[in-house]
Amino acid sequence: MNSILDNSIPVEWSLVDDTKEAFETFVKAHMKKAYFVALGLVGNHDDALELSQEAFSKAYQHRRSLNAQGKFYPWFYQILRNLCISHLRKRKHRRTLPMDMPDGQTLDVPSSPGFEPDAIAERNETKDLVWKAIGALEPKHREVIILRHFQNLSYEEMAQLLFCNKGTVTSRLYYARKRLKEVLEQEKGGQPV
Amino acid sequence: MTCRDNKDLMMAYLDGELDDKQTKMLQEHLAQCTQCSKELEEFKSLKSMTDNIVLSEPEDQVWQRYWDNVYNRVERGIGWMLMSMAGVCLAVFGGFKMVECIVTDPSVSLFLKVALLVMILGLSILLISIMRERLYFWKHDRYRHVRR
Ligand SMILES: [Zn+2]
Repeated sequence: MNSILDNSIPVEWSLVDDTKEAFETFVKAHMKKAYFVALGLVGNHDDALELSQEAFSKAYQHRRSLNAQGKFYPWFYQILRNLCISHLRKRKHRRTLPMDMPDGQTLDVPSSPGFEPDAIAERNETKDLVWKAIGALEPKHREVIILRHFQNLSYEEMAQLLFCNKGTVTSRLYYARKRLKEVLEQEKGGQPV
Repeated sequence: MTCRDNKDLMMAYLDGELDDKQTKMLQEHLAQCTQCSKELEEFKSLKSMTDNIVLSEPEDQVWQRYWDNVYNRVERGIGWMLMSMAGVCLAVFGGFKMVECIVTDPSVSLFLKVALLVMILGLSILLISIMRERLYFWKHDRYRHVRR
């Protein structure tokens, strides 16, 4: 019942019971999950709240495009992650990069703009570093880290959400972690993690 | 068994996704490959560091107001949609009336009338072109990953 891929509530909501109350039940059942996925992807509370609420509103508008066989949560998840990723893309374009680096100065691996340290609880130096490094990953890699570590999904569940097979999930996780390790080593000034 | 094959096994091992047979395969490789064993140790420490991170829970108020905010958004979306639809209808109707008035007005010179019609033609081409582009993006990009 609590599984992330449970389809019973949403399909009822979108196809049979198309009422405000049913939609409300659905939103309340999934709001935390949606918020935390968005928080992991965009890195700050305000944007995560805004984007996750927007995803629900979009899902409601497009509810008729989901057929009875469609898996609900993966469908909703795509709306949510597409919103977050296009938000990240816009934010990236708006950012101003320091063009002139003085000679010999090494460039810190930058986190995505908008990635805030207070998005994590019980902060300490190590956690801050790791969170910053997660923020520096490209969205595709960050996504699998979030789903695996913060959403605690199995490979099978991740494969369903990402519309790919378990093999792809595994190798994407490998490259994501490898990259995470590299970024952390750079942050720590070349020391192994 | 190559080292590359073991990268995937390593990930699955870290995440508790291996069956007994695969675990054995991995262990056999690790026993003879120091590079992979070293890498696995590094991945283990990375995983525990990542697992330690917990995202901050927002205040209760956020959850209490969440549904209302979503509902307002949906409602506002419907409001905007109706308003813009009506706006387009009114603008088209008004524009049509205005052009009709000018074209049928004998005191306006032919030159102005022709210029106005050409402008409308240009505007329609622009509009159609933009709409076609939008449609293309909508089909190919926006819901590219959404299976229906
Ligand atoms: Zn090896």
